[in-house]
Amino acid sequence: MIKKFVYSQKVAPYVFVLPFILIFLMFWFFPLVNSFIMSFQDRMLGQDPKWIGEANYSKLLTDKVFLISIKNSVVYMLGTLVLLIPFPMLFAVMINSKLMMGREFFKSSFFLPALTSVAVAGTIFRLTFGEMEGSLMNSFLGLFGVEPIKFLKDGNWSMAALLILACWRWTGVNMLYYLSGLKSIDNEYYEAASIDGASAWQKFRMITMPLMKPTTVYVTTISVYAGLAMFTESLMMFNGNKSPQNIGLTIVGYLYRQGIEQNKLGYAAAVGIILLVIAMVINLTQLKFSGMFKKEED
Amino acid sequence: MGRSQTRSDFISRIVIIGLFIILFVIIMIPFYAVALSSFKPGESLVRYGLNLSLDFEIMSFDNFIFLFTGEHDYFVWFWNSMILTIVQVVLTLFVSAFVAYGFAAYDFKGKNFLFICVLLIMMVPFEILLVPLYSLINDLGMVNSYSAIILPGIANAATIFFFRQYLRSIPKEIIQSGRVDGANEYAIYFRLIMPIMKPSLAAMAILNGMNSWNNLLWPFMVLGDQSKYTLPIGLKTLLTPYGNNYDLLIVGSFFSIIPIFILFIAFQKYFIDGMTAGAVKG
Repeated sequence: MIKKFVYSQKVAPYVFVLPFILIFLMFWFFPLVNSFIMSFQDRMLGQDPKWIGEANYSKLLTDKVFLISIKNSVVYMLGTLVLLIPFPMLFAVMINSKLMMGREFFKSSFFLPALTSVAVAGTIFRLTFGEMEGSLMNSFLGLFGVEPIKFLKDGNWSMAALLILACWRWTGVNMLYYLSGLKSIDNEYYEAASIDGASAWQKFRMITMPLMKPTTVYVTTISVYAGLAMFTESLMMFNGNKSPQNIGLTIVGYLYRQGIEQNKLGYAAAVGIILLVIAMVINLTQLKFSGMFKKEED
Repeated sequence: MGRSQTRSDFISRIVIIGLFIILFVIIMIPFYAVALSSFKPGESLVRYGLNLSLDFEIMSFDNFIFLFTGEHDYFVWFWNSMILTIVQVVLTLFVSAFVAYGFAAYDFKGKNFLFICVLLIMMVPFEILLVPLYSLINDLGMVNSYSAIILPGIANAATIFFFRQYLRSIPKEIIQSGRVDGANEYAIYFRLIMPIMKPSLAAMAILNGMNSWNNLLWPFMVLGDQSKYTLPIGLKTLLTPYGNNYDLLIVGSFFSIIPIFILFIAFQKYFIDGMTAGAVKG
């Protein structure tokens, strides 16, 4: 009887998606709702929660350190957008052009940094941006007569270091996304443009860029997400969640500091909800303006 | 036009290839510096940071000898990472592919809503759940256990999405013919569909494996017991303001990249397919 029920064609699809439903409810929906509730509470691990209304939120709005973390995360995110969308797109077009040689070789070697863990990559870059004269970056700058820079003690320089780390790891990956986007463009467009006497730049502007819009939207979406949620890179770069004057503190870093290091669960939950709202607002706006909701269903 | 055309092509070619060679060098410098530094004593790293100087007087195999013979937990971490990665990948693929088939092969009530939930997970930063998830794990008594790392990711949204895209290209006739032959719904999936999914399973195995091997934040929070540390956590703990573990850190970092490099070189195609497919369409 039970067997017949489970085996029926009507019930089978639910059996297939059941693991997702369970995991979703338990590890996503429940924690998310819980996070929302917690954000209105004064709560510590192992203690009874106390309802305090929107106090956490109003406190956050005047919390200078929190505002610094928002600024850092947003600047980092914008930096990754500016650096990790146009350049990988251009590189993909170049690598795809008939003039290129050794395509496969460059494609794979550009991907290699993405294989390193944040622990390793962070360590490498921490040591690369060491303040000593002999360390990689400073000795490179020394070639141009630049005095050694204390990268990890100055806000602007450390942001630059974090962005360089991001570029090193993700340029190749984004380039791959663009390469797969390029594959779907029909060659006829270019042939027609050539007959009309279009220059390479005109072809890029008028054909490649508009037709690769879905890729750009996708890359933008994941970059916004990853940029706002960045934490481990900074954790490794500064060898902990503490950086001088919080120059490396991100929103998630602050969430971690409040929730895990200081056990202020309610306050940390409110940080998480604000992060969620920021990420959603930016991404939904971005998707709306790029006309993604108008696309066909499915 | 012919001649000037080929000439400007030639110049563009030089420029493009030159640019890519420069980028290649920039990308490789950190790897080269780590490889080089793994032959240098820790003090040199403390004093000069990572650099490119080939100083044969101080370079030796000491770090490598220490890595393989010294008293430290490096290989415990390595082994833990290996086991965790394998178990995590096998379970995640099994569950995610199973779920994806449900989405791809059937029309059922609530399907669209559930699929929106899949997409939602892909859009919500996991990090915002750190605190409630940690307190949940704590309440369940799962702190310090690998299951706390494995379970939340077992129905991986991006992986489900990828498999669903892949499965939609499989003709429905296969499923129909299975039914005509009298196979039940699950036999159809396991006997007819799963074999067809092999290339996509390979792509996702590699991508999930890479993520799992490199994962730091959540395992770091969950695992308190040093004997359970994974490689990224272990490497992280070597970098303290007090300890002088640079020798092990640098050679250990270098060595930790090697397995995944070998994997990459052997299965490049799958890495790249996994990275790009399902990214755009849909």
